[in-house]
Amino acid sequence: MDTAAVEVVDLVKRYGATTAVSGLTFRARRGAVTALLGPNGAGKTSTIEICEGFRRADGGSVRVLGLDPVSDADALKPRVGVMPQSGGVPTGARAAEWLRLMASFHTSPVSPDLLLERLGLTSVSRTPFRRLSGGQQQRLSLACAVIGRPELVFLDEPTAGLDPQARMATWDLVAELRGAGVAVILTTHHMEEAERLADHVVIIDRGAVVAEGTPAELAGGRREVCFCTDAPIDADALRDALPAGTRIASARGAGGRREYVIGTDDPEALGPEFLATVTAWCASAGVLAEDLRVRRRTLEDVFLELTGRELRES
Amino acid sequence: MSEHISSTAAPAPGAARPADGGASPFVPAPGAAPMWRMVCAQAGMELRVMLRHGEQFLLTMVIPVLLLVGFSLTSVLDVGEGPRVDALTPGVLALAIMSTSFTGLAIGTGFERRYGVLKRLGATPLSRFGLLAAKTLAVLGVQVIQIAVLCAVALALGWTPAASFGGAVAAAALVLLATAAFSSLALLMAGTLRAEATLAAANLVYILLLGLGGVLFPVSAFPGPLEAVSSALPITALSEGLRTVLTDGSLPSPGVFAVLLVWAVVGGALAARLFRWE
Repeated sequence: MDTAAVEVVDLVKRYGATTAVSGLTFRARRGAVTALLGPNGAGKTSTIEICEGFRRADGGSVRVLGLDPVSDADALKPRVGVMPQSGGVPTGARAAEWLRLMASFHTSPVSPDLLLERLGLTSVSRTPFRRLSGGQQQRLSLACAVIGRPELVFLDEPTAGLDPQARMATWDLVAELRGAGVAVILTTHHMEEAERLADHVVIIDRGAVVAEGTPAELAGGRREVCFCTDAPIDADALRDALPAGTRIASARGAGGRREYVIGTDDPEALGPEFLATVTAWCASAGVLAEDLRVRRRTLEDVFLELTGRELRES
Repeated sequence: MSEHISSTAAPAPGAARPADGGASPFVPAPGAAPMWRMVCAQAGMELRVMLRHGEQFLLTMVIPVLLLVGFSLTSVLDVGEGPRVDALTPGVLALAIMSTSFTGLAIGTGFERRYGVLKRLGATPLSRFGLLAAKTLAVLGVQVIQIAVLCAVALALGWTPAASFGGAVAAAALVLLATAAFSSLALLMAGTLRAEATLAAANLVYILLLGLGGVLFPVSAFPGPLEAVSSALPITALSEGLRTVLTDGSLPSPGVFAVLLVWAVVGGALAARLFRWE
């Protein structure tokens, strides 16, 4: 099967005068985890709801498992699992009872008891939905999305508001789905989640893709040297001492201190000798480099560079 | 990141599959269950949720039983001639039918819409038709229980219904037709108004129709114009029709069926056109 799990081309969605999605294009492979990463209001949920067939696009094309999410909805429903951001369960329905109902809609579902156990819900299996904690509601919703053994699942912010244990349980399940050959599309504004789970990350801002690739490709495998000083240094002189293509950014830190971040265009250039050159220059200039460290760039650094915007945690 | 995350818990992307040998329970094997099985399962869920809901139980069971017992045993209300329980039972049955197929269904569906339940069910293999079929079965199930309980209470109070085969068929037809009319009006309300508005309006309509609809006494007791308005209401058609069958022992007039049919058709057409799933 060489059709993509999801193929979105030039997608446009407007709500009145607001354009939520403006020309978004990405492709999600089968059997892989694709993360749509972006701040609140970036258009992630609109995109995913169009893929789920809940909303109609105003432009562009969307294929899910090679089919149209609206006109082929009946054929897609058994094959696609959906986890909405919240709700979706009657307040008076008990956790296990609702999961069993979802199981009864499918021909060879996962055992509801197994899923309840895996997601730490066994102790609340007879608790009505309205009395579950937010995290328990999220996990029940996740269980409902995967119980029918779908080929593709859409998870809209699956770990928003979860405590660390519940988040781990969710991450484990996503990893297992991937291992079992299920395509997973998830939205998140949690950097670590995308970095850890995703084969492919699509960074979305203001309704369009600003970058995409594997987490390693996006971060570029690049390293940076960072340190602080009590007083400004002669950054131009330092740069002249380092190989061509070196960039030095400085920022004013707390208490009049300065923070310096040294990067290079050539990932190979930043090695042990580079670090030695920095410290040697500091020694010769009488500069004490405090909090000196070499660190890898993260997805967060990439995101901030691309959008100049803070990612807001839920 | 302030949380400590163990590095062994989730394999990194690109890592090999877990080497546990056994097939994962999540290996894709999609497929929709047969329609009848989905509808039965959904109807069972709807029925349990309805019966468990405290306020709905008050409306569908407690209030009808209290009205029947209270007004049968006291002479607060003038119900006309004959044994009081004979005059009261048909109207109370009609009220019970309305409380489930209109008030309960409207409020329940309104909140399901608000909490995204209808939308979420829309992503399952259960079709919209299947969902409506399940809701209908659940409503009829609750009504069977209501009718059984109310008839038992009425019989214990000395109710002597006029019984005939034709009458029983006519009564069943009235109940089914009224259920269709009330349900379509309930879905019209739940599918167009906000959940809170539906809650308020459905309760208000319940109270108004309890007073105006010939539930506790025949509408012939009303002054002329009010009687005319009241006779066009579905609750009046149902309660007067049931009274004709169960108390007088004769068949209801075609007009009674016509009123219910018109409400069912108009309500159903509007609900089909205007209902919004989210």
